[in-house]
Amino acid sequence: MAFAKKSDTTKVPMTARSIDVSSEISGPSQIIPKAEAWPDRRGQVLTGSQIIWECLLRESVDVVFGYPGGAIMPLYDAMLEFPIHHVLVRHEQGGSHMADGYARASGRVGVCFGTSGPGATNLVTGIATAMLDSIPMVAITGQVHAHLLGSDAFQEVDITGVTLPITKHNYLVTNVDDIAPTLREAFYIARSGRPGPVLVDICKNAQQDKGVFLWDDGPVSLPGYRPSYIPRPRELDQALALINSAKKPVILAGQGIIRSNASDKLLEFAEATGIPVALTLLGLGAFPASHPQNLGMMGMHGEAWVNNAIQESDLLIAVGMRFDDRVTGKLATYAPYAKKIHIELDPSEINKNVKVDVPIIGDVRTVLATLTPHCTKADRGPWVARINASKGDSAVRDIQTLPDSGKLYAAHVIHDLWRATEGNALVVTDVGQHQMWEAQYYKHETPRSLLTSGGLGTMGFALPAAIGARFARPDADVWVVVGDGGFQMTACELSTLAQEDKKVNVAIINNGFLGMVRQWQQFFYGGRYVATPIRSPDFVKLAEAHGLEGRRVTMRSEVIETVLWAKSRPGTVVIDFRVEQEDAVYPMVPAGADLHDMIRRDSPKATTVSGAPAAHNPIFETGEDE
Amino acid sequence: MTTPTRKHILRTFVVFVEDRPGVLNRAASLFRRRGYNIESLNVGQTHVPGVSRMTVVVEADEDTARRIEANLYKLVNVLEVQEITHASRIERELALIKVKAPPERRAELIQIAEVFRARIVDMSTDSMIFELSGSHDHIAGLAQVLGEFGIEEMVQTGSVAMSRGAAPPMTHLGRRPADLQ
Repeated sequence: MAFAKKSDTTKVPMTARSIDVSSEISGPSQIIPKAEAWPDRRGQVLTGSQIIWECLLRESVDVVFGYPGGAIMPLYDAMLEFPIHHVLVRHEQGGSHMADGYARASGRVGVCFGTSGPGATNLVTGIATAMLDSIPMVAITGQVHAHLLGSDAFQEVDITGVTLPITKHNYLVTNVDDIAPTLREAFYIARSGRPGPVLVDICKNAQQDKGVFLWDDGPVSLPGYRPSYIPRPRELDQALALINSAKKPVILAGQGIIRSNASDKLLEFAEATGIPVALTLLGLGAFPASHPQNLGMMGMHGEAWVNNAIQESDLLIAVGMRFDDRVTGKLATYAPYAKKIHIELDPSEINKNVKVDVPIIGDVRTVLATLTPHCTKADRGPWVARINASKGDSAVRDIQTLPDSGKLYAAHVIHDLWRATEGNALVVTDVGQHQMWEAQYYKHETPRSLLTSGGLGTMGFALPAAIGARFARPDADVWVVVGDGGFQMTACELSTLAQEDKKVNVAIINNGFLGMVRQWQQFFYGGRYVATPIRSPDFVKLAEAHGLEGRRVTMRSEVIETVLWAKSRPGTVVIDFRVEQEDAVYPMVPAGADLHDMIRRDSPKATTVSGAPAAHNPIFETGEDE
Repeated sequence: MTTPTRKHILRTFVVFVEDRPGVLNRAASLFRRRGYNIESLNVGQTHVPGVSRMTVVVEADEDTARRIEANLYKLVNVLEVQEITHASRIERELALIKVKAPPERRAELIQIAEVFRARIVDMSTDSMIFELSGSHDHIAGLAQVLGEFGIEEMVQTGSVAMSRGAAPPMTHLGRRPADLQ
């Protein structure tokens, strides 16, 4: 009982949990805010707008993504005096995704602006996206004069009411004196604990009025806010007992690892125990893909050996993940033989979907670091061998060796993109088939190398989020992987890229369908392709119309060459990959089915769920063509 | 194997919140969004300036109750959540019932008020208003008896509740939902 005895030494002070994660982000450089030389204007009388910018400087904000309008004009008018870069977006939704992408890529708080009314409501999709994926973001909206509130004034909307269920917290500021303390709280809430978006709606009069700029650098005091919890010694002991005695354990690693900068601790824990690691979609990158203990992605489109390992396991150690329905399949038959340990920062996630045996509420980095020294490396040989044996169905080897049939498959594109970028790209995906193919075939070695909308599944996310990521990581090789449908939702942001003269590489996986919906229609709706065939503009010409470059690829032999060409160009490049139209993502656990009940790729060995049509996919599952 | 606490029962939560605009909305929105079924909800002031007190009665099993508590704690303006379902407690609702009271039946009604320990707070030529504070069942009992006389109007508050004995401290910073089990 390693912890119960010496509980005093294992307790982590509530306030000791690192709030500012930015200091721990390694890798590509961040833009260094120019605020160091900025004069200290505390105690001076400033306008509300100036105070907002002062607050942003003090929160080390270097870039904001926004769109001006009547109720936020005072804030924009004050902008030029401050050393913060403003990116003019083409639609506020794009601005919110850019702030999100910036936050995901950097670990810092992303900031977006919108005006009142439609400006604010256009942010909603991006705010909800950030909420579902726990992304630190502060959205600042202009609001009509305080004396007009509630009068249905021009461009008035109750945006704090609208965003109440999709923000971690939100504020309506009617008075200039409340601006600085509110923004301090907003940034603190957004980044601390389980991060999330915070919206601050600021009335126009508060932006215009003058007040004394007061700023307290001390810790933020919010009596009702509990961002972190202390793991209980008894729970740690129970977990250790389970871990050290398990014969067939699996670690389920989620995005909490990345948010908590705990990848190194996960690696130590996994190597100390020899336990294989399965990842959620948002967890990809939290554990190196090339590591021998990495099983890959679990869930609806996880490979068969991953899901089967989970179903056969005797212990699941869930770390920073929340047992989403896309991960578990049918709950009643989920991992029936496994005890479950749930390491999670947010107590409201405990027993929400899956009943767990040992909950450990706390920061995953702290918990893993505490557990690892007490773990014994048991002999998991037979278990690991069993999983490895089932990996004979590997799909990836087939892609490498598959002869060029003259057709282009999305899997080829992703696989060759991975090879041509040497696995070092920062990939931002949209939502749909291409997203799953990316997750399956691009091997992510490091945290924050895949940005994707998991919880909300927001189409249109990729391009703007990649623009945000570009600002967060100027040195990264940023690739957008996007479908022809999702790309058209936010394609207007190409214009933002052109105006900002920033480079991202866009790979459109163009199959002429809303592919994932088409796949479901094929599998579950009798093949009736209702409203899924989609006609697109000439994406090459679209790029050129924006003053950018584009190319079209129809043959596998052209993929790597075109990727390398894209990398060599100074500006944004759009590549239109014309892939097989009616390809499907395999394997697939139908929604609500047992996790082990997968529709598999065509294979001499693989079995398919009864009733499912035969898969016409040249990417066979077979272990024999290695 | 279901233990008694696994069953869906009516549970009483006392929630201390910061007295700020929109706090009731945030709490109510949470219950609506998560699909928790509110039986009754009451908000009022406390003796501490800036702190309001909600009494929420919800039908839930034990796991759901823990998540309700955890989700309430996630609201930034929520200071403290206490589930007092299994505590020894005083729980009251208040009802005003206006009943038809022709002069010849007044004496009968006054007797009923005595039996139920209700007060008659208004009387007109042909009606009376009963005031009763008590449990939900107690009030339902009175309403049933008065129904035979003809109820003209009735209003009833939600439940307010307080555990017996020494008051727990108002804020338990760092205490977490699981510790309340």
